[in-house]
Amino acid sequence: MFDLDKWQEIYSTINKNKLRTFLTGFSVSWGIFMLIILLGSGYGLENGVKREFEDDAENTLWFNQGTTSLSYKGYKPGRFIEFKNEDFNQIRKQDDVEHISGRFNIFENNTLSYKNEYGVFDIICCHPDYSFVENLTSSQGRFLNQRDIDESRKVTAIGRLVAEALFKGEEAVGKYIRVVGIPFQVVGVFEDPGGDRDLSRIYIPLSTGQMVFNKQDDVGTIAMTVGNVSVERSKEMAEALKKDLAQRHHFDPEDQRAVFIWNNVENYMQFMTLFANIRLFIWVIGIGTIIAGIVGVSNIMMIVVKERTKEIGIRKAMGASPYSIVILILQESILITSIAGYLGLVLGVGLLELASKYLPKTDYFSNPEININVALGATLILVMAGAIAGFVPARKAAAVKPVVALRDE
Amino acid sequence: MIRLKTLHKSYTTGYTNLHVLKGIDLEIDKGELVSIMGSSGSGKSTLLNVLGILDNYDEGEYYLNGELIRNMNEKKAAMYRNKYIGFVFQSFNLISFKNAMENVALPLYYKKISRKKRNARAMDYLERLGLREWAHHLPNELSGGQKQRLAIARALISEPSVILADEPTGALDSQTSMEMMDLFQEINNAGITVLIVTHERDIAARTQRIIRLRDGIIESIVANGERKKWLADQKMA
Repeated sequence: MFDLDKWQEIYSTINKNKLRTFLTGFSVSWGIFMLIILLGSGYGLENGVKREFEDDAENTLWFNQGTTSLSYKGYKPGRFIEFKNEDFNQIRKQDDVEHISGRFNIFENNTLSYKNEYGVFDIICCHPDYSFVENLTSSQGRFLNQRDIDESRKVTAIGRLVAEALFKGEEAVGKYIRVVGIPFQVVGVFEDPGGDRDLSRIYIPLSTGQMVFNKQDDVGTIAMTVGNVSVERSKEMAEALKKDLAQRHHFDPEDQRAVFIWNNVENYMQFMTLFANIRLFIWVIGIGTIIAGIVGVSNIMMIVVKERTKEIGIRKAMGASPYSIVILILQESILITSIAGYLGLVLGVGLLELASKYLPKTDYFSNPEININVALGATLILVMAGAIAGFVPARKAAAVKPVVALRDE
Repeated sequence: MIRLKTLHKSYTTGYTNLHVLKGIDLEIDKGELVSIMGSSGSGKSTLLNVLGILDNYDEGEYYLNGELIRNMNEKKAAMYRNKYIGFVFQSFNLISFKNAMENVALPLYYKKISRKKRNARAMDYLERLGLREWAHHLPNELSGGQKQRLAIARALISEPSVILADEPTGALDSQTSMEMMDLFQEINNAGITVLIVTHERDIAARTQRIIRLRDGIIESIVANGERKKWLADQKMA
């Protein structure tokens, strides 16, 4: 393969037909360029939506309290359904419930202070497992734990922005902040991929919240993660849990407004299926474009072979084997497609890089990118494309009969 | 060197079957200088193609250097051509984008001889044929005679046992043609069998034997010394 002579020959034919070679290469470049741009945009779309989901774990089920809309067993509609400790404890026992937490927000008087620093932030009462639901990570100290709940401790985990606002760089863990006038000890500072809003809040143990804010045994919203269950199983679980709640709270299981269920598993899966389809679609279009390029190259190589019939005949008379002729044509075709395709690849990736750097990140589009495997795959397609494009013309070239080729016209 | 036994060859084009060679028996010894004559359509080019293993034949036997050449695959045919046969064509058939030296060196490329060696040998042959200063010129910068000498150098470089020349003087003026014949004579003197297809009498006259083809069969074989006698016989008949 590595034969200076062959390369020189290829170079000289390419050199003689610059425009033709350029046009051929362009069709392949364009094909690869489009494939890369399409794939990159697809990933951008996917990343954008994935970012939306990143706020919370992807496998969560949320039960929100609602108001009954149907009369049931003598109860009138319009009753507010409140989840209690017992509901929480019942649901916790169910199969496939991985992490579970109640959650309620304190909306009034939520002024926090440390020494002379004051700030207004959300206060959320929850169980320790809530860190899994929200995808939290503790950057300092720890999150709430079971003993905090059991002993109704006055402790709190605060968001990074809260820590910055109140402590101004001072070490926060171990210090006391005042929450509506009551001192709570900071046990940790957390990070949340959900962004600024989710970082401007503090979490306190749900049991403490029930006491301090006079919530009795209300647990508010119940959120849980369900491990790796299928979409069907998650729906089934939601259905079963709703029935269970309906029984305990005496509402019609068919009542759409008594409990609001948000099934993230289902939504996430829907998006993922959508993206799988989009990706498939993109590949089909991209490969279609490349095939057009291949046909272009093949066509040109066919003309090349026809133009070089005489030369091939001479070579054969001089003792060239059909194999050496095939290699000659194949190599030229692979060379053109590889270089042109590589150029398209580089341009496409370059454009994507620029886009991901300078385009604003929106909810539905961020970081258009192409991973290394896809780039490698595209490169492989290129070389294969070159080989396929060269194959038919090469076979034709090898079949050239020296007699016919050398006939004087 | 070359032995043909009742060789038949026909071409099929569409529905018509053209019987071109109708039983050729021929023997050419090593070191002979032979010409094949005949009007167009007599089958002389076809015969040359068969002899050059550029084309196959239907029936009969063809021995080259004692080896039966028959139903060869392309690869083997290419190998035999490279090893035994040097070609010279009417239209020279040089590769236009290669310079004189590279053209001459081409057969050695297919013998897998290194670039350096084959270029050195090509220069050697160009020297012998008086084309040294033209080594780096492209074929279209050369005259017809120079091109043909280039083609001869290319035919000689692989040290073949047979040179097959198809109308080698067809595109040349008469003086250059005679020079070319001197060259063939010289090559022949070195012991290489030379076979020239021509329709020019004065070219054929300079060979040792003239094989006349007519309608696919050998009409006559005349040794050159006996040509006058043969002509006289013809007149008397």
